[in-house]
Amino acid sequence: MKEVTRDLLREVSEWTGEFPGAYNVREDGASAGRRSTENIQLSDKTDGPGLVIRVRPGTKGETVSIPALVTHGGVDDLVYNDFFIGEGADVTIVAGCGVHTEDGSNARHNGIHRFFLEKDARVVYLEKHLGTGHGAGLHSIDPVTEIVLGENAVLEMDTSQIGGVDRSDRRTTAIAAAGAKLIIRERLLTEGTQQAKTDFSVQLDGEDSGADIISRSVARGKSRQQYRSRIVGNARCTGHSECDAIIGEQGAVDAAPALIANHGDAALIHEAAIGKIAGEQLLKLRTLGLTEEEAEARIVAGFLK
Amino acid sequence: MLKLENLTWTAPGGGQVLRGIDLAVPDGKLTVITGPNGGGKTTIAKLVAGLETPDSGRILLDGEDITGLDVTSRAKKGISYAFQQPVRFKGLTVRDLLELAGGGSLPEDQLCAILSRVGLCAREYIPREVDATLSGGEIKRIEIATVLARHSRLSIFDEPEAGIDLWSFQNLIQVFQELRRGLEGSVVVISHQERILSIADELVIVANGQVQDQGPGEKLLPKLLEGEGSGACPACPREGDVL
Repeated sequence: MKEVTRDLLREVSEWTGEFPGAYNVREDGASAGRRSTENIQLSDKTDGPGLVIRVRPGTKGETVSIPALVTHGGVDDLVYNDFFIGEGADVTIVAGCGVHTEDGSNARHNGIHRFFLEKDARVVYLEKHLGTGHGAGLHSIDPVTEIVLGENAVLEMDTSQIGGVDRSDRRTTAIAAAGAKLIIRERLLTEGTQQAKTDFSVQLDGEDSGADIISRSVARGKSRQQYRSRIVGNARCTGHSECDAIIGEQGAVDAAPALIANHGDAALIHEAAIGKIAGEQLLKLRTLGLTEEEAEARIVAGFLK
Repeated sequence: MLKLENLTWTAPGGGQVLRGIDLAVPDGKLTVITGPNGGGKTTIAKLVAGLETPDSGRILLDGEDITGLDVTSRAKKGISYAFQQPVRFKGLTVRDLLELAGGGSLPEDQLCAILSRVGLCAREYIPREVDATLSGGEIKRIEIATVLARHSRLSIFDEPEAGIDLWSFQNLIQVFQELRRGLEGSVVVISHQERILSIADELVIVANGQVQDQGPGEKLLPKLLEGEGSGACPACPREGDVL
């Protein structure tokens, strides 16, 4: 295994030399290792690049890891992964993505992940994005996530992009049936001239379905971010979205959250805030002995934790 | 010893808040600064901690002139300041703040010892974020705990009773009673509360931007309370005073 591959795996997929369960490592557009387990089957898609991942009904406590890596410039990888999560299963999916280029040419990964959760299924979905290497080549990661939640299914998505990705267009859509819940935690950091777009669109179709989307981001340097969210309540449901952004230097953030209630018992809330680090916060940490720079770094690290 | 010499300070709007503060804060004692609102008490605390810069005058800590030092340098000299309105942080936990205050990672039993001094159960509070989910009373206690965690040479508490309900306040008095029993360095509390004034070793009355009176608590407090009753409190503005 190449050193770049090892480094990226460690960073994006909690790899410690091995994976805890079923896995597929995608490296530069091809599978570099795979293991299915009795309850989690991974197979090639027949209609295009990517995988079909089937989790047996009732599977509990298993993890499936599907890291995707681009280890050099000149690669534009596109992959479609479909997850079918059986009734009552409760699993963790780790889908990190690392992109490395240092030869001056671009490296891009575009992962399209579709999740179909059957009744009472629960998924924790961890997605960590990272760009490494120097040179003028652009690191791009453009994930698309489509989620279909069956009755009382729950999906918790924890997604972060904490450095090195120059261009990112992140799109997430979800449809929730009765009693289903979608929980999303997003953390984004952009620096230099990086640009990141993120777009969430959730349809709460079933009675007592719910969504909770919390996005925290930091835009430094001359970076730009765009946040869009749209929660549509088509039944008695609860929806909450929150986007908090810290801007520094000449960073720019454009946030436009939308709430659409098409039902009299839809309860939808949005909270949004954009601003630089509060002076009082810096002062408080300085009274504890931190310099202004240390205080700023600590506040940002906590905010994006 | 902390010494303030002829400190003056003008608010950004142009009103003179401090008009020549001379004050010596004795070591190893609990000093309470009191007086009417707008008299300059909080300004004194902020000048000592370095959050504001005086127009003129000097601040001396153990004989060293620290007037020109910034907030961080003063903190490193052992000055701690508990904010009147504690700051909230999205993403920083009680553990994070206490460890920053303590200057490194703290084992569970030390965190527990600090938090129990302010009446909080460590198990419940260590992982909590110091954000808007904490009540006024809770965040006030955590603010005090961050100062306790520093084992400071000089700790300043700015109106610990402000913004908390009566029930929380009853418990907070005990915190300061405990603090006085196990005093480390010198402690300055800015307060209006008679029950905090009653545990002061030294009382300082500030009004109209000046020290009106200073003396041992047991001598000055009866005088102050008596004055209050007769309407002739030494701290009350007199006719002709400019506020």
